[in-house]
Amino acid sequence: MEFINDHLLSLILFLPTIAALIMLFLPSGETKLLRWFAFATSLIPFVLTLVLWNNFDPNATGFQFEEKYVWYEAINSSFHLGVDGISLSMVLLTTFLTPLAILASFSVTDRVKPYMMLFLFLETGMLGVFMALDLLIFFVFWEIGLVPMYFLINQWGSANRDYASLKFMIYTMGGSLGLLLAVQMLGVLFGTYDLLALYERWNSLTADSVLLGMSVGTVKTIAFWAFAIAFAVKVPLWPFHTWLPDAHTEAPTAGSMILAGVLLKLGAYGFIRLVLPLYPLEAKIFAGVLAVLAVGAIVFGAFGSFGQTDFKRLVAYSSVNHMGFVVLGIAAAGLAAGTADAHIAMSGAVLQMFNHGLSAAGMFFLVGVIYERTHTRNLNDFGGLFPLVPIYGGILIFTSMASLGLPGLNGFVSEFMVVRGAYPVLTIYTVIAMLGLLFTGAYILKGIKSVLHGPMNEHWAHGEHKLTEINTRELFVIVPLMALMLILGIWPAWLLEVINKAVVALF
Amino acid sequence: MTTELLIWLIPLPPVLAFFLIVLFTNKSKALSHSVGVGAAFLSFLGAMIVFVRALGVEHLGEHPFESSIPWLPTGETWLEIGVLIDPLGAAVLFFVAITIFMIFLYSVGYHNFGQPAGDHDHAGLPPHGATVHGHTVPSVEPMYSRFFAFLGLFAFGMYVLVISDNLLTMFVGWEIMGLCSYLLIGFWYGKPSARNAAIKAFMTTRIGDVFMLIGIAFLYSVTGTLSFREIFNETTLHTLASVPTGVLGLSAAGLIAVLLFIGTVGKSAQFPLHVWLPDAMEGPTPVSAMIHAATMVSAGVYAVIRMFPLLTAGYEGHGLTPEMTFVAFIGTFTAIFAATIAVAQNDIKRVLAYSTISQLGFMIAALGIGAYVAAAFHLITHAFFKALLFLGSGSVIHGMEHGVLHTGNHKVDPQDMFNMGGLRKKMPFTFWTFLIGGFALSGFPLVTAGFWSKDEILADAWYHHHYLVFGTLALAAFLTAFYTMRQITLTFLGEPRTEEAKHAHETPWTMTTPLVVLSFFAITYGWVGIPEKFPLIGGIFPNWFHDFVGHTLAEVPKAPEFSWIPLLTSIVVALGGLAAGYFVYRNVKTPAEDKLQIPVLKNKWYFDEIYNAVFIKPALWFSEVFVSKWMDKGFIDGILHIFGPITGGVGSAIRNYFDVPIINRLIGDGSADATWWVGKNLRPIQTGRIQQYLILSLIVIFVVGGLLYFFLLA
Repeated sequence: MEFINDHLLSLILFLPTIAALIMLFLPSGETKLLRWFAFATSLIPFVLTLVLWNNFDPNATGFQFEEKYVWYEAINSSFHLGVDGISLSMVLLTTFLTPLAILASFSVTDRVKPYMMLFLFLETGMLGVFMALDLLIFFVFWEIGLVPMYFLINQWGSANRDYASLKFMIYTMGGSLGLLLAVQMLGVLFGTYDLLALYERWNSLTADSVLLGMSVGTVKTIAFWAFAIAFAVKVPLWPFHTWLPDAHTEAPTAGSMILAGVLLKLGAYGFIRLVLPLYPLEAKIFAGVLAVLAVGAIVFGAFGSFGQTDFKRLVAYSSVNHMGFVVLGIAAAGLAAGTADAHIAMSGAVLQMFNHGLSAAGMFFLVGVIYERTHTRNLNDFGGLFPLVPIYGGILIFTSMASLGLPGLNGFVSEFMVVRGAYPVLTIYTVIAMLGLLFTGAYILKGIKSVLHGPMNEHWAHGEHKLTEINTRELFVIVPLMALMLILGIWPAWLLEVINKAVVALF
Repeated sequence: MTTELLIWLIPLPPVLAFFLIVLFTNKSKALSHSVGVGAAFLSFLGAMIVFVRALGVEHLGEHPFESSIPWLPTGETWLEIGVLIDPLGAAVLFFVAITIFMIFLYSVGYHNFGQPAGDHDHAGLPPHGATVHGHTVPSVEPMYSRFFAFLGLFAFGMYVLVISDNLLTMFVGWEIMGLCSYLLIGFWYGKPSARNAAIKAFMTTRIGDVFMLIGIAFLYSVTGTLSFREIFNETTLHTLASVPTGVLGLSAAGLIAVLLFIGTVGKSAQFPLHVWLPDAMEGPTPVSAMIHAATMVSAGVYAVIRMFPLLTAGYEGHGLTPEMTFVAFIGTFTAIFAATIAVAQNDIKRVLAYSTISQLGFMIAALGIGAYVAAAFHLITHAFFKALLFLGSGSVIHGMEHGVLHTGNHKVDPQDMFNMGGLRKKMPFTFWTFLIGGFALSGFPLVTAGFWSKDEILADAWYHHHYLVFGTLALAAFLTAFYTMRQITLTFLGEPRTEEAKHAHETPWTMTTPLVVLSFFAITYGWVGIPEKFPLIGGIFPNWFHDFVGHTLAEVPKAPEFSWIPLLTSIVVALGGLAAGYFVYRNVKTPAEDKLQIPVLKNKWYFDEIYNAVFIKPALWFSEVFVSKWMDKGFIDGILHIFGPITGGVGSAIRNYFDVPIINRLIGDGSADATWWVGKNLRPIQTGRIQQYLILSLIVIFVVGGLLYFFLLA
């Protein structure tokens, strides 16, 4: 018991990998066994995360459950893990979504073993980023997460998967090049990669000292953008967003769930964990630029989504729109650091990350449900499905409304907080962002209209094309998501308090 | 149970009903409507208890029922949400509870409960009727349970809005109603017209909502609170009114008020966001009555009444502030503009829809000129008589559908007033109650509620010298009476103009009871607000409404002094309009004989066409072509795709100009070639003769030995 308590983070982090390695020895033909094994083992990290949540003390400042092991002694990089309120909520999101994504993947029949193994590896990669307190470890996990996702898209994706997977992989890696260089530079300069040490030393540099032959200001500006671009590609911010519709659309259903639900958060998390604390001054100077990109994502994401005829692309673009609000909140927090506005904006941004994780995963899942049955995603092929699948229809409307940010459901709380926090400091940007919020409504309603409403669709009503209602397994995937959307909409304080305390302590 | 706890509980039964019906009882129609109507009754009961207790409190304005809890952690503090029943809240709660309960009851009959299921009915379309023993009879709505679930959720939203003590939860209720409005307008989603109307309603109101959200964020960031009672204290208001914003010369209070007001423009269908309400008539009639007459659109006006102290912050009693002028203009213009359109509509529900827009304009105009009590008064009387009129029109349509089923001629539109006529004999309950509602709407002097409330608005406008507002509203009131009488004449009077109208049928008790109850209030509710100085009857009843609601404000507004001019104007326009409506339409049989079918009015001043060309089409082009095709696929991906060829180009250049010629050919193949050449040329010395080898060895030894000697020893 004590061992578990002392190594809680490592256990959560590596259990999926261990499970994946065990799967290597299970017979490939036993698909049922493989599925249930993957699902059951992915539940363990979730349960442990609940233990973590329970033992976490939101009032204590700093990181908790820290673990530190010797890792790469020569360059003084250690395997340092720890969580605060922000990363804890992301860990919860990850361990909550992974079992659901695996459950959603039960319909995959092609090469089940490698598929499930990749998912478990992916979980470790994502969790590592959220837990890392060492820059090099952060980067390692950052890149590890790419590999399983690349193969998931490339091997189990739909028609245009080669193009999409390559674009995803190259774009993210290309974006991370600067990050890697900047990380190296920090390591060389200070002789450590430990984040806590870096926070302190990096910010105590005086403006007139010289680094690498340049003034501190210049070096920091360059490093700031190296970090920022890597994360901007991942979030993604406008105009770095075009990999997303392709990757999300071509990925298998569960892949899209995780991609939208968790992977995009890695970028936003990078801004929160690294960019703002390491470059507070630059974050203030360039807040306007970040806000422009964020508002670009909000507005063009919404219009882009409205302009699609592919259901999955429509949902994919909605992620661009929603993640824009996260970065708008981050930009506002960077600009107004230390004020109540910053705290509200930042808490809103973190909550928006969590909320978008739920609603985007839910939406992608629902697109997958209908795609599996009809083998089309073209909105013009649908319409009038509501009488055929009333339960599915109700669930789709519910989830869409959460995505739209309907008050009473989760998205509203976080969007409201971001708008409230950003308005006093980034007024014009926030006002322009409202145009995006307006068109959020337009694309959500377009989705509902094109899929469900309209005269009953005779094509899918009879015979071999007969559309079947959502089944029990699928309900087990979507109902927990819906429940959380509702709970967070009505009573967000349980999560927000944890986030809020960490935000107040940090910014 | 404490009153505060009871207030918290009021919205809960309908939302529980929503979940119960959706999750469990949706298969059983009887169970579902029992749950729904039962929940509405519980809320009604709770609301009445609260109302009665509120009446018993002295100085309720200063000591309202209130209670709040921390809800959202925001940095170091919490955002609190809570409930508040002050005089305004109590008065609004009263009419909301009654109308909601009545509409739930009415829905049972409207959706043909107890009738057989239709032969060809399916979810998503209105029922077509069923054949029983060779007769076609009305059939029950296929999505009967769902309707009650949606109504329940809607009622929840409305109650939340009314009992909220802060803008945030008010906005929550506001948006939940918006969702329900969308779901209920699109209830028969199988009809493309209903589907489009639902989207139009949601999107148009959302335009207002995003402005409102900005307003809320603005207010919250400058005051640090969203609670009404905390915002409306003198210091806060004074600060807000004196801080300039640099936007159109408005103060902070003014800008916030305008932003919030734009939300109302959307929700209460004021010009220029009025276009959704007439189309919303695609929904079932109880929906039109509840959402688009009595409650949701009233919520917009209620929001402005709530924010009245903010709107009038800095107003000294003479010379309207810019924001008030704006509000007054929108309201007055909407009132007259919608009334002109109503004159030329032939669909019984659309007339009422435009009339609703116009009447809401009256209230908004009243608020713009600072007539707080008059606006609240008209809000409540209007809710009663307009709900009555809508339910009455639903009853008429229902009766006409009976006729259509009887003759089997489905080409006859049961909503077109020119297909009716003479219904007073077939549907007496509906006729008399509709008459009461129509007269109340027209402001028939002394007996109807609408007279007293409309008169108060006109009196206020006159008293404060807003003559333009006064004149315009008076003209609008004349048109109101005119089109109302046109409607009554075409629908109920004269002789039936179609076979269907001859076979119209009175509706069941579940539908007529609400009509009777609402007509009671459509008359009597006016009597609680008779001005004290009114000739003859003034002072018999105390002017309870003014005293009660007026005390919501810190500074109780003064009732306007009595003047004959507005009174006579009210009487003349009401009676004149009614008379004109009757005499003009007494003998009109077909639309062709109707002289007022002017294209610009008939086509609603072409707003739909203009909006379509100016906003909707460009937005579609911008999304589908500009953003998706040109920007993302063309420009951004175009740039990305350059990287492919560039990398490929660099790669093949390296291969073609370095790897292949230099590494492969020169170094790789070249070294092999060189070795081969050397080997080939050395072959001649490999002769196989021992003597030659020995000689060669000797030579080598001498040469090596010589070299060694020369370099090392010498």
